[in-house]
Amino acid sequence: MARAAVLGRLTWRVATVVAARDEGEVARTLVLDVPGWTGHAPGQHVDLRLTAEDGYSAQRSYSIASAPVDGRLELTVQRVADGEVSPYLVEVALPGDSFEVRGPIGGYFVWRGGDPSPVLLIAGGSGIVPLMAMIRTRSANGSRVPFRLLYSTRSPATAIYADELAGADPGLQVAYAYTRHAPPDSPRPPGRLDGALLAEAGWPAELAPACYVCGPTGFVEAMADLLVNQGHAADRIRTERFGGTT
Amino acid sequence: MSVVSRGFTGRGRSDAHLPPGQYLAEDFPVLSAGPTPRIDTARWEFAITTETGERHTWDWAQFRALPSETVTVDLHCVTKWSKLGTSWEGVSVDTLLAEVDSAADYALVHAYGGYTTNLPLEDLLDGQAWLAFGYDGEELSPEHGGPVRLLVPHLYLWKSAKWVRGIQLLVEEQQGFWESVGYHNYGDPWREQRYWGD
Amino acid sequence: MTDTWVDGNELAGPLREIFAVDVTVAHGQCVHCGHRCTLAEVRVYSRAPGLVARCPSCEAVLLRVVRSPARVWLDLTGLAYLEFAAP
Repeated sequence: MARAAVLGRLTWRVATVVAARDEGEVARTLVLDVPGWTGHAPGQHVDLRLTAEDGYSAQRSYSIASAPVDGRLELTVQRVADGEVSPYLVEVALPGDSFEVRGPIGGYFVWRGGDPSPVLLIAGGSGIVPLMAMIRTRSANGSRVPFRLLYSTRSPATAIYADELAGADPGLQVAYAYTRHAPPDSPRPPGRLDGALLAEAGWPAELAPACYVCGPTGFVEAMADLLVNQGHAADRIRTERFGGTT
Repeated sequence: MSVVSRGFTGRGRSDAHLPPGQYLAEDFPVLSAGPTPRIDTARWEFAITTETGERHTWDWAQFRALPSETVTVDLHCVTKWSKLGTSWEGVSVDTLLAEVDSAADYALVHAYGGYTTNLPLEDLLDGQAWLAFGYDGEELSPEHGGPVRLLVPHLYLWKSAKWVRGIQLLVEEQQGFWESVGYHNYGDPWREQRYWGD
Repeated sequence: MTDTWVDGNELAGPLREIFAVDVTVAHGQCVHCGHRCTLAEVRVYSRAPGLVARCPSCEAVLLRVVRSPARVWLDLTGLAYLEFAAP
């Protein structure tokens, strides 16, 4: 796995869509072929640039959803209403289309498989994407590090990767907080991810788990506060906030 | 040379009557270099300070007692969006400067929250600038610079300081927040003066 | 009401083009209040003509980045130092 070494400066690389699949009702995964790509650490992201024929360009950041593989990576993009880049990626892009990516970027919000500590992942909405890269990397490496995922989403229709998460090995435990509509067999009524669920489905602070929280700013701040209140040390909590990009 | 993505066109762009490199915004984007100041009009104050240190101040009541006008102007932001035909209510800066004696050629505009921007004093005169307290028929909201922002539409919008609190008149030019880190000292959108050296 | 800032991970891409290391894992100290943190934890205002990173403790400006098509301006005067692992 790539260490945060002196790697030289980043450059834009051509990415070609080789496959696309819908994720739930609100997102789409693009499988990209990127010649020269030598992998990433799970949790990192790429900058993605679209250029129109007249030279106009727009750029956004997307978390990498896949485990590291040479020459290939997957992005899961949620369509943002009135967005500029996400509607193109979710509705227009087809296998064969190309754009540019730059990365991998970010050495802070990453999980390094060499750390034996249990891992607590907390996802709000599309914050599940970089955490899924961590889950997939754990699986690809045959790692036995225990993972617990708490996934806050509006309803089963907006939950992505559901089948994959349901079929994962017992070393990964998943709990959902449905905030608007819960399925009939859900153990809890609809509601926010609160201290009670965190205490029930998370790791106790005494185990000093590595905590990763990703999602909208308000969600991340609320979750980080809950973790600290439950005794987790601030330096064991890493956060990534998705700001107002479209 | 960038790779062109089939079928990508970006937001609505490229109209006549726009300065070079601009596109027409559908909404009114909110840009900021820091947190939005929340200023209570009860403690709001505007000050003009001359090159000799003389201070002229207006509190909210005094400011709102000044004659104001409604103007319709075009906005051009250096980040490439333009918004045409925007309606503002404000006091002409001429009205406030009329009470001030100064031999200064330059102005440094100060805002609550610490933002600054500079321009020649003559660009604030002769009906080219307003202290605006109303936008589109309503009170100016904090996210767009309320209670009062400067409006200097003939220059790029970063010169129209939001949350304005004062103007400092100077004999020698001093650079403001963006001008000190690459943005053009003057900033004429029609000559595309975005960065140093343009 | 949330103000429109994002965390320092936003700096990773733009600064990765300038530095040969990832500065978001570097530690910096605010010249204004002395607060020390990783750059990933600073508050970045990116909906602006440039990137402005502010201290999460006192909101003072730590660094600014402006890019034109031809030039980059980087102002680091709000940071007393940057500390990171030797490459």
